Amino acid sequence: MNLFTSTVGRKILMAVTGLCLVGFVSVHLLGNLSVFAGADGINAYAKHLHDLGPLVWIFRLVMLGLFAVHITFGVLLYLENRAATPDSYAVQKSLVTTFSAKTMVFTGLIILAFLLYHLLHFTVQVTNPEISAQNLPLDAAMRPDVFTMVVMSFQKVFIALVYIIAMIALLLHLSHGISSWVQTIGLSTGPSQDKVTAIGKILAIVYGLAYIAIPLFILARILK
Amino acid sequence: MDLTLHVWRQKGPQDKGKLETYPAKNVSPDMSFLEMLDEINDGLIRQGKDPIAFDHDCREGICGMCSSVVNGRPHGKQEKTTVCQLHMRQYNDGDEIFIEPWRAKAFPVQKDLIVDRTSLDVIMQAGGYVSCHTGGVADANALLIPKPVADYAMDAAECIGCGACIAACPNSSAMLFTSAKVAQLAALPQGKAEARERVQAMSQAILDEGFGNCTNHYECEAACPKGISVKFIAKLNREYLKSMIPTSTIA
Amino acid sequence: MILDGKAPTGQVDTSWDRYREDMKLVNPSNKRKYKIIVVGSGLAGGAGAASLGELGYNVDCFCYQDSPRRAHSIGAQGGINAAKNYPSDGDSIYRLFYDTVKGGDFRSREADVWRLAQVSNNIIDQCVAQGVPFARDYAGYLDNRSFGGAQVSRTFYARGQTGQQLLLGAYSALSRQIKNKAVTMHPRTEMLDLVVVDGVAKGITVRNLMTGEIESHWGDAVILATGGYVNVFNLSTNAMGSSVTAIWKAVKKGAYMANPCYTQIHPTCIPVHGEHQSKLTLMSESLRNDGRIWVPKNAADCEKHPSEIPEDARDYYLERKYPSYGNLAPRDISSRSAKEACDADLGVGPGKRGVYLDFKDAIARVSEKTIAERYGNLFDMYEKITDENGYERPMRIYPAPHYNMGGLWVDYECSSNIPGLFVLGEANFSVHGANRLGASALMQGLADGYFVIPYTIAPYLASLKSPGEVREDHPEFKKAAEDVETRTEKLLSIKGKKSVSEIQKELGNVMWENVGMARSKESLENALQLIPEIRDEFWNNVNVTGDSKDLNQQLENAGRVADFLEFAEMLTEDALNREESCGGHFRTEHQTDEGEAMRDDENFSYVAAWEFKGTGVKPELHKEPLKFERIKLAVRSYK
Repeated sequence: MNLFTSTVGRKILMAVTGLCLVGFVSVHLLGNLSVFAGADGINAYAKHLHDLGPLVWIFRLVMLGLFAVHITFGVLLYLENRAATPDSYAVQKSLVTTFSAKTMVFTGLIILAFLLYHLLHFTVQVTNPEISAQNLPLDAAMRPDVFTMVVMSFQKVFIALVYIIAMIALLLHLSHGISSWVQTIGLSTGPSQDKVTAIGKILAIVYGLAYIAIPLFILARILK
Repeated sequence: MDLTLHVWRQKGPQDKGKLETYPAKNVSPDMSFLEMLDEINDGLIRQGKDPIAFDHDCREGICGMCSSVVNGRPHGKQEKTTVCQLHMRQYNDGDEIFIEPWRAKAFPVQKDLIVDRTSLDVIMQAGGYVSCHTGGVADANALLIPKPVADYAMDAAECIGCGACIAACPNSSAMLFTSAKVAQLAALPQGKAEARERVQAMSQAILDEGFGNCTNHYECEAACPKGISVKFIAKLNREYLKSMIPTSTIA
Repeated sequence: MILDGKAPTGQVDTSWDRYREDMKLVNPSNKRKYKIIVVGSGLAGGAGAASLGELGYNVDCFCYQDSPRRAHSIGAQGGINAAKNYPSDGDSIYRLFYDTVKGGDFRSREADVWRLAQVSNNIIDQCVAQGVPFARDYAGYLDNRSFGGAQVSRTFYARGQTGQQLLLGAYSALSRQIKNKAVTMHPRTEMLDLVVVDGVAKGITVRNLMTGEIESHWGDAVILATGGYVNVFNLSTNAMGSSVTAIWKAVKKGAYMANPCYTQIHPTCIPVHGEHQSKLTLMSESLRNDGRIWVPKNAADCEKHPSEIPEDARDYYLERKYPSYGNLAPRDISSRSAKEACDADLGVGPGKRGVYLDFKDAIARVSEKTIAERYGNLFDMYEKITDENGYERPMRIYPAPHYNMGGLWVDYECSSNIPGLFVLGEANFSVHGANRLGASALMQGLADGYFVIPYTIAPYLASLKSPGEVREDHPEFKKAAEDVETRTEKLLSIKGKKSVSEIQKELGNVMWENVGMARSKESLENALQLIPEIRDEFWNNVNVTGDSKDLNQQLENAGRVADFLEFAEMLTEDALNREESCGGHFRTEHQTDEGEAMRDDENFSYVAAWEFKGTGVKPELHKEPLKFERIKLAVRSYK
């Protein structure tokens, strides 16, 4: 099977891994939103996750695999497509394509860079050790105080901005990615394409704004 | 009306080309775009210069030979119109018009606005047919094809193979072109038997010929002079997925 | 010389079956030893190359376009006839045969036409098997429409793009054979000479249009399927590259040109709108199914908006003159009637060379939506060109040169008088007589390609001593290549004042004015005077830019125009010789009191096959008498 070599096969791989990653982004978002419930919310959520033990590691490996495939083929296809279009037009005009469609590889790489930072920041907790949960006192229920870590982090303008910019990239990435998935997997049948595109964009905005809300609300001292 | 043209001039496949500027005076709005170029060429010949080489043949919008990107848009600004059917009434006095060849690695420029599109023929040869023999086939009404199916196949079959979809695609992908044939034949009972092999072989040919991959920009549909829909690309993707089911589970 | 068409004798109904039973065959394992050259990749050439390749022959196929899919067969819109009788409206092989012979004004060979009608049914089966998306009804059965010159609905169609779909079907079959390496395709290659060795066609000389290289190709047989020559007129509906060149080269090597004066002027084209125009666009004759043709009764009304002209001030002249066929009268008659109306100063639109084609009544009867479904693409095309909306305001149409019934003389086996040279489709003269009915060109092209030549070439090949006897190293090939080079250099060396297109226009205008829809002894003699003058001017004062070893479109066109300038004389000679009116050939001296064509069966019931005797020298006439056994000669009436 030439799933990894053919043009359609790789496109389907991108779509399927992309869809799984959207699933991850959804679950992660729901978890994160528990921050709005205060320390009790997110600290309980974090403890719950932590208690899953080996399952977390299986989950992490799967995610690693998905990211690896999605990123590798994304970059590979980008390079191939560049090679297929060696000369550009003196007058470049786009008819229907979008900024987000044209910048998929860049928003993708921004998200990758962010992902690495995010892992170092909140998971490995090496970028800002002074405000990391492992160095902060446990909360009242004797749980690692993730809430305080998050709040103290996003009160720093630089960290909040990094997160906001990355989430804008995610928004753009999803605004092409979600509807594109429907086409690639062969579910669209023509006129519905417009609706699918619109729904994809709306979903992307919902995801983007919801994610951005966390650092933004903390930065604005609405959430303390 | 008077226009200023900037036309891609390139002596041969190995030469470097560049845009040259030509004034177009007293252009009649009733002229077709190519008739306007004819006039420019007559002028160049009178001056002893080499006329602009461009592909054209039927000038009725059906043969698919004509192929120019006008102001960044394949076949020019009028929707669902080949450049031979584009009329100058679409332009205004004083307009600047940039005329360039199709640009893609798989379409090397041969001279001026003429490119080599053999790669499209190769994609067709990979599987764009039903392997029936001449003679010895069933009666035309033996397999019934309801109107909606026949119409769907016809919508796909309208492709004229001009290559505008590739010229418009940011990736120079030939997916719309390929999908139109895959979808036409996969929809019809006559073509179903070879649907698996066809979609595999034709999509492979896209890469082999140096075209890019489809990333769902849909520029192709917008540029297509025949309005071929990207729903056929979705159909191709479906057919491809179907072709991944091992034959042992079917037979 | 009296020519023999070699049609099987006896009962015409069984002639094709008997021919196939008696013919010599080539053993399957021997087929691969033969090489066949096919020039042209349209319906006839493409279908022929694919079928011969599939049979096992080595085929080399040539076309001047960048892909075989672009041959001008693709321009045909309306449909393809077949005697399927699916609607059960009384059709049969006999009736299609009869309509075709009658439509051709009794100037075709009965046996050839019978064969055409007989295989017409196979064509539809073949195309459906290839995946051609013909129009169908909701139950899934094939749909038919009616066409000019027939009282049954026997026309199969694929929207307004039937020619395109059939060509793409043939192209798909050809692509399959190219992949199988049975056919080698040579696109962007133009045939510039026929190589004849000891009186037998053995190959061709071509120019690679991309590099300018002159190449020689040998073949055990050469098939020309190079389409039509009506670009000899100014502004036709043919593609810009359509030319007489390939068949004219054959004529100069001894092939006879048959009935060149039978040219068809298509009634439903978009009228000329300006000086700069490069071609005319045809709209399918199927429009006449629903459109009503009229002109104002009073010349004073011609300038008015058509909606201001009341019903009783309109002359629906076809319905008036031909009540039983009405707007579906055959093409020659419809075209001539339009010309008469415009000659009587009743024409409409710019230049007053146009008549109305009105859909108002049809829209009222079946709704605009239905009309749009049937002809939407034609209305769109009309609007793009004229900037007028055909639903709201009647279309304007005028006749334009469109097709030639004449072509190289061939016998029943599609073989010209040069052994080894076969001619298919529009390039031969065979089945349409003096006028072709709508939807019959596609039928003939595919019949010749799929179902005739694969059979009729076998006896010739079987008769050869051994395959591949003469190859490119034969001195005749070298000589032909040198001749082509010399002529090319000559064209490039003139460096005169006039462009190729200017001279082409001059010739085209002379032909259209004098040898067009109505011809007289006077106009024809006038043309015979003018053509050599233009030819001299061409060879002394043309300016062909660029050089020979390069992609040079001016040079390509110059070669084609040079051939038209020689051929035009032969066409005109034929028109002058044929002192009768029949089909597309209308001599003003020969008409009834009502202005209808008047045939002269006593003196002209023959095929006029012309032998080239030198440029500017009167060609020699050979005759093939036409015998009518299955049908009786009758006055062709569509009243």
